[in-house]
Amino acid sequence: MAESIVVDQVSKVFTMHYHRTLKQKTVATLRRLPLNETFKALSDVSFTVEQGESIGLMGLNGSGKSTLLKLINGVMQPDSGHVLTRGRIAGLVAKGAGFHQQLTGRENLYLNAAIMGLNEAETDAKFDEIVEFADIGRFLDVPVSHYSSGMFSRLGFSIAVHVDADVFLADEVLAVGDRPFKKKCMVKMQEIRQQGTTIFYVSHAAASVRAMCDRVLVLENGRLGFDGDVAEGIKYLHYDDDVESDDEESMADEELGADI
Amino acid sequence: MPAVPAPEEPQQQRVVEAPLQPPTPAGGLVGVFQRPWLLRLLVRREMAKRYSASLLGLLWSYIQPAIRFTVYYFVVIGLIRQHESVPQFALHLFCGIVFTHYFSETASGGTRSIWANRSLVGRTALPREAFPVSSMLTAALHTLPQLVLLAVVCALVGWTTDMVGIVSGLLGLAIVVTFSMAVALFFSAVNVYYRDFQNIVSTLTQFMHFMVPMMYPVTRVMSVSHSHPVIYQIYMANPVADAVILLQRFFWHGSVAANHQLNASSKFPPHMLERGAIMLVVCLILLWIAQKAFTRLEVKFPERL
Repeated sequence: MAESIVVDQVSKVFTMHYHRTLKQKTVATLRRLPLNETFKALSDVSFTVEQGESIGLMGLNGSGKSTLLKLINGVMQPDSGHVLTRGRIAGLVAKGAGFHQQLTGRENLYLNAAIMGLNEAETDAKFDEIVEFADIGRFLDVPVSHYSSGMFSRLGFSIAVHVDADVFLADEVLAVGDRPFKKKCMVKMQEIRQQGTTIFYVSHAAASVRAMCDRVLVLENGRLGFDGDVAEGIKYLHYDDDVESDDEESMADEELGADI
Repeated sequence: MPAVPAPEEPQQQRVVEAPLQPPTPAGGLVGVFQRPWLLRLLVRREMAKRYSASLLGLLWSYIQPAIRFTVYYFVVIGLIRQHESVPQFALHLFCGIVFTHYFSETASGGTRSIWANRSLVGRTALPREAFPVSSMLTAALHTLPQLVLLAVVCALVGWTTDMVGIVSGLLGLAIVVTFSMAVALFFSAVNVYYRDFQNIVSTLTQFMHFMVPMMYPVTRVMSVSHSHPVIYQIYMANPVADAVILLQRFFWHGSVAANHQLNASSKFPPHMLERGAIMLVVCLILLWIAQKAFTRLEVKFPERL
């Protein structure tokens, strides 16, 4: 089996700028306040993913999951180390599709497919399938700024999942979807997983990670805290006692997982 | 999140032919032009966006230059009486306006392009150079009908050319395209860091109308070359001025010559072609520098947007 994603000693530092105008900067300098501060989002993360593996990326808020996904997607470059990927990458990073607000759903569909490397004929061929899955009906020719958040993410997910990618990234995109659509998405993801696509799935729902993934990575403050078996990964994060907790959502998830 | 179990049948083996490589788009400007379909969609989008919720739509691209032409024409004719010494003055003015307009639109549109598209830049891995390039192509599409109009007017009033004219025309076009692209590319990147640059660029483009020979003949500038050599050299060092001089030689001078109206104002600076050739090389170097700067600055785009 071939390597699909190689992440080698990757670090990413963000600079936070507090003062933007010259006046603010001058005042801050006079008061000896810091002009900016750095924040290490990822430090020295290394792992390798084989083609066809399905990875659950877990971790608390702010642990660097989205940053890691952006690096794999190619939106960002690491400050040190390197990221290598093989083949077409599709997916949703930063909790939403890269859509242009003034463009209609149809125009965004073509643009997004083109960004993922599809040409006109390939997009035309998949067009009906994408629209049908997204189920946005007559809103197809309405600017996406008028979409509900559910419609927005349905269309984004539908495009990403239909472009026949070699690597599929999903970053908590389904959080706003309703239950039937979430279910539909999980079925679709199982389908592409079964077809041998590498999957990177960010989720806090232990049950869905358990069903979807064959390996779990846990990020802790930008470091790779755990890499290995799904059940152990969930235990490592202490997400396994969710069932006993009074968190309704995850309880429902667990129940649904048990039902099917 | 609902949990759906994996299908019963065993997982298929997917063989990916592609090599293992960094996921960030590579190739810079060249890489952008290798994806014509993406570029076409971006240009179409740019056109649609500019005229969304506008009654006159695309017409605005023609109304603005037309009004500018009318104002300049009557100001210059009424106050400065330029048309008495410059034959075919309207053509002289129009030729200058067309190419200055192309420069202005590329520079100001390009400078804003990355910031205006931040929703895409922060979430998708597409070569970011595609945005200034699509601004440039949009400006070109808007200028094209004006260029056609210029050619039609030239044909109607009579026009002739020679070898110098043809070389001038090609050089002028190459300079203005290369220079505008370099400006758009460089400022689109620095504008992400400090939005002041979009104001600086739009101020510069305002000035540009007075810094190229269109309201006055280039002979007016040449006449001060001895008394104010430094100012003359600064004026001539402006790539847009140089391009307009060369394009005046092609369009306006061709028409003046065909109508046998050559006079003292229809002369051109010495070594015009040599200067043009050097300027083109300089602009290509500027474009290369702009690309290098863009590649360095782009690393921090996602966190700055």
